[in-house]
Amino acid sequence: MIVRKRLFCAVIAGLMLPAAAALAAGASDDATERELEKYRQMLKADPWSNPGMLDVDRGEALWGEKRGPNKASLEGCDLGKGPGKIDGAFAELPRYFRDADRVMDLESRLLWCMEKLQGFEANALVKRPYSKANQSGTELEALTSFVASKSNGAAFAPQLTHEKERAALALGEALFFRRQGPMDFACATCHGDAGKRIRLQSLPYLSQPEEARQVVGEWPAYRVSQGTVMTPQHRLADCYWQMRLPLVDYGSEVTVALTMYLVNQAKGGVIATPGLKR
Amino acid sequence: MLRALIRVAVVASMAGSALAQGAHDLDRGALDRAIKDSWRQAQPEWLQRLKQDDTQALCSLYRNNPPADIAAAIQAREKAAIKYPAAGVALMGDWKKGERLAQSGYGMRFTDYPPRAENGGNCFACHQLDPKELSYGTLGPSLAAYGKTRNFADADVKAVYERIYNPQAAVACANMPRLGASGFLSLEQIRDLTAYVMSPESPVNK
Repeated sequence: MIVRKRLFCAVIAGLMLPAAAALAAGASDDATERELEKYRQMLKADPWSNPGMLDVDRGEALWGEKRGPNKASLEGCDLGKGPGKIDGAFAELPRYFRDADRVMDLESRLLWCMEKLQGFEANALVKRPYSKANQSGTELEALTSFVASKSNGAAFAPQLTHEKERAALALGEALFFRRQGPMDFACATCHGDAGKRIRLQSLPYLSQPEEARQVVGEWPAYRVSQGTVMTPQHRLADCYWQMRLPLVDYGSEVTVALTMYLVNQAKGGVIATPGLKR
Repeated sequence: MLRALIRVAVVASMAGSALAQGAHDLDRGALDRAIKDSWRQAQPEWLQRLKQDDTQALCSLYRNNPPADIAAAIQAREKAAIKYPAAGVALMGDWKKGERLAQSGYGMRFTDYPPRAENGGNCFACHQLDPKELSYGTLGPSLAAYGKTRNFADADVKAVYERIYNPQAAVACANMPRLGASGFLSLEQIRDLTAYVMSPESPVNK
């Protein structure tokens, strides 16, 4: 079953417009959050009403399609559990891959497979890895959404047996607390304490496992204010943008290491993607 | 002095000595290499922003909780670098301009170039100020009625100016950006923000 169009148009018409209006006003974030919570409850009753599922569907089609200069599908792609094995793979990423001799998260691994199996030019793919507001997702976003959704219900089980996996975790932790840039910001500036908010937006305390377990498994997430799915790589790149740093490379060592740190913080947290965010 | 302290701290943490207690360090070479490799598409003038100054390096090493001697050294150095308006110019400017600056979060993101507005102080992102503004953050303490509570004393006007210019002159490794020291805000803007916090006419103190 590839395309599942089910009553989510009605759900969006009923809920997304008031939410978007509230965001535009920029004032009543509390009200926005309440509307989103109602929306989330409806999604629980009918997960296929989440607009992010369109990207999951597209990703599923892309995964099996013979594409690229090599006219190959991604069914030979090894995400850590063997070629073509998708179920539960996202819950065990990032991990060390011997063929690449480095630690990769889902997105950098997909990029690797698109390059090595399908013959795509990786440099061209990373030039525009993120969709703009109200555009449909890029291929990488769709594939990421699809593979991540195949771990829904599974708990994060970080892989730390290889030396390079442990090094990635240590690097990610150091990066989380590293202050830099014209504003002296670190990730910990906003995400290192409980119960804080920026303006009215609540900030998860990510260096504390309890809160990390609740939120990390919601990414990739559908963002109501953008009308697009945002992947974990995009989420981190956006934080660095806000920290007044240059655009970090897609699937970089830094963003993979931070992902390893966050996943390790969220160890045991249940994956439920695509999440729903403002 | 600070350079020496960093060296001592780093060397000590490698040696695992008591001096390094509270320091969180890993192979800095690995960290610097990863950063270099992760912004390959960035322009050279932007890469400068990833380099840490001594204060950022120490605050990262100690996760904002430096030992007393290092904290004192940071504060002394940051305090010595504060610049003040020319003689005869008041530390308080125009609170109305300050209010606009406190609301604006514009400036220095890579999407903010070429600049379309002046940089904002973005105070409301983290502080309560004018109690009528309900959209305020809680990363920093509430500053509602800050001036009034202090009887608008001159010493507090100066302290607020210095706190905005460089919070680490008072509290080593404070979370707040060093808005004057980094050049993010001008002296003129900091005077306006000081007035917004400390002026009896400002809605912050009504």
